[in-house]
Amino acid sequence: MTNLLDINNLTIRFNGKRTVHAINDVSLSMKQGETLALLGESGSGKSVTLKALLGLLPPKRTQIEGSIHVNGTDVLSLSGKALRRYRGGEVSMVFQEPALALDPVYTVGHQIAEAVMRHKGISRDDAMSTALDMLDRVRIPSANRRLHNYPHELSGGMRQRVMIALALACRPKLLLADEPTTALDATVQIQILLLLRELQKEFGMGVIFVTHDIGVAVEISERVAVMYAGQIVEEGTTREIIREGRHPYTQGLLAANLHDVARGERLNAIPGAPPALETRPEACSFAPRCPHVLPACRECRPPMVDLSERRRVACLRAQETIAAE
Amino acid sequence: MSAIDHAPDTAGTAPEGPLLVVQDLQKHFPVRGGLLGRTQAKVQAVDGVSFEVSKGETLGIVGESGCGKSTTAKLLIGLTEKDKGDIVFDGQSLGPDLSLKDLRKSVQMVFQDSYATLNPRLTILDSVAFGAKVLGLEDPAGLASKMMDRVGLDPDRFAHRYPHELSGGQRQRVNIARALAMSPRLVVLDEAVSALDKSVEAQVLNLLNDLRAEFGLTYIFISHDLNVVRYISDRILVMYLGEVVEVAPVDSIWAAQAHPYTRSLFSAMPSMDPDNRTKVPPLTGDPPNPINPPSGCRFHTRCRFASEVCKARAPKLAGLSENAAHLVACHLHDPASGHPDAGQGLPS
Repeated sequence: MTNLLDINNLTIRFNGKRTVHAINDVSLSMKQGETLALLGESGSGKSVTLKALLGLLPPKRTQIEGSIHVNGTDVLSLSGKALRRYRGGEVSMVFQEPALALDPVYTVGHQIAEAVMRHKGISRDDAMSTALDMLDRVRIPSANRRLHNYPHELSGGMRQRVMIALALACRPKLLLADEPTTALDATVQIQILLLLRELQKEFGMGVIFVTHDIGVAVEISERVAVMYAGQIVEEGTTREIIREGRHPYTQGLLAANLHDVARGERLNAIPGAPPALETRPEACSFAPRCPHVLPACRECRPPMVDLSERRRVACLRAQETIAAE
Repeated sequence: MSAIDHAPDTAGTAPEGPLLVVQDLQKHFPVRGGLLGRTQAKVQAVDGVSFEVSKGETLGIVGESGCGKSTTAKLLIGLTEKDKGDIVFDGQSLGPDLSLKDLRKSVQMVFQDSYATLNPRLTILDSVAFGAKVLGLEDPAGLASKMMDRVGLDPDRFAHRYPHELSGGQRQRVNIARALAMSPRLVVLDEAVSALDKSVEAQVLNLLNDLRAEFGLTYIFISHDLNVVRYISDRILVMYLGEVVEVAPVDSIWAAQAHPYTRSLFSAMPSMDPDNRTKVPPLTGDPPNPINPPSGCRFHTRCRFASEVCKARAPKLAGLSENAAHLVACHLHDPASGHPDAGQGLPS
């Protein structure tokens, strides 16, 4: 069976007044039906990766190298009709801010039905009943009435459910979720996470879930890829990353989560700030902030080391046991 | 630099009393509409909030959006005018004894959006020195560069830069320096670390802890992140739809939440254990709209334990029988409330 997703040596550069090396040599693969969390801070390249997967980056200013294959389709070569069929059909996306992603002048039922009509070529009535069914599946109470609501008439949690219904209406093989719970309250966030988990099982699709919150990644995903400065620095199962994160950056993120820190105890903060990506990184991007840095780290990009099957880390000291701090 | 000459003036009128007492604070925002722009409804943003903060203490305020935590903060320093209620700062009541201008010398605020709260046309040094200049203090620039140094921004490198040239973490340090330049005794931090990346957040939390010890500060720390609030606070105050539902020392509330809402809020935190993920969401639906909050106990519409008395009558904030420092507003903890399960505490 082919992999659901194969990204090979993806490099993305934005040209303009300032050049930004947003993604640097990222390779990633996913099997059918897997849930992967892309974990990282702002500017680490998580959202750019998702946008590249949907072909949403502005072509004039973007220089893309490498390849992306979804179910064997070469995504970067798609255009016109094929690209429209692929977006929303094969792969769809849930955005962080549903209030901005939904169209304010159409009812939510209309928006879902429109997507279904475009992709499946069925009548408006059939599409509306699909929309109703989708609203039921995302557990919107009295879905029949909500079908005719405008986005502003719904609460934040409800809007995000509509967004998910819209994304899943055409049964994509891969769902991209870009921080879909960040704008929601804590008690609503957990509802949406559990809903996504159930729907993933029900529909059997693959999910890439972008987040900066380790706790959220633990709740939603089986696998985690940690990103820093446009590169994947570590990948493994969620269990491996949480229990024995090997990259010093992963360890720093875990410590900064404050999960088990005693009150008032000094935090093991990573010093400094992420690098500006104006030049292509020629050394380990994390070296200036790393507590375990070696002279060699500043001389070359650390190669990706495979620790075991589908468990890899980009650190020169990966083989040594770096005591978890 | 010396911490001594910059230490806050602690010669208040009531050395033993709490630094801040808030009594029955209320703010309702009118919702206008219709042809004549008449008031059609009121957002009950803050409704009868009372609490105390002791000297040197950090009080954490948590709650979901719309619960009134930020409005409470703004009412405290008069950025929003209160409808009613008393604010007593160090024994002096705001209004009769203490002018707003004097209160603001002692109470400073740090906001969430570090960019929006800095004047883009002022250099960092001018921003930090602004308050001292307005008050006519001696050598505002010297004070400002001392404060910048203290929050970890090298004055030689940063003094003449503008806000847009700094990262989010650096800008938040500027905001903290600007607040501290006024030698405040109380600092209100409204989601001050929420917009920062996790690794930078940890740096700023360390800084806040250091500054508290050095200057003998008292903090009110508002956040939606329970882990952060637990880390920095001595006591936690939980708000729901404009009301206080629970106030308790951190260890006590972490061990056992007394209010059903607090318990739901705590169990909504993502688990950090991949083998023990959350299975059932603790609450369904979103928080109700504060325009027409539910009658009686405002949480009764989402509460598993609600009974008739909860719809009819609002519970009062009172100490638990086993721990008087742990206050909760719930009929379940009041044997005389008339709730069928009253007096047995919160069922599991």
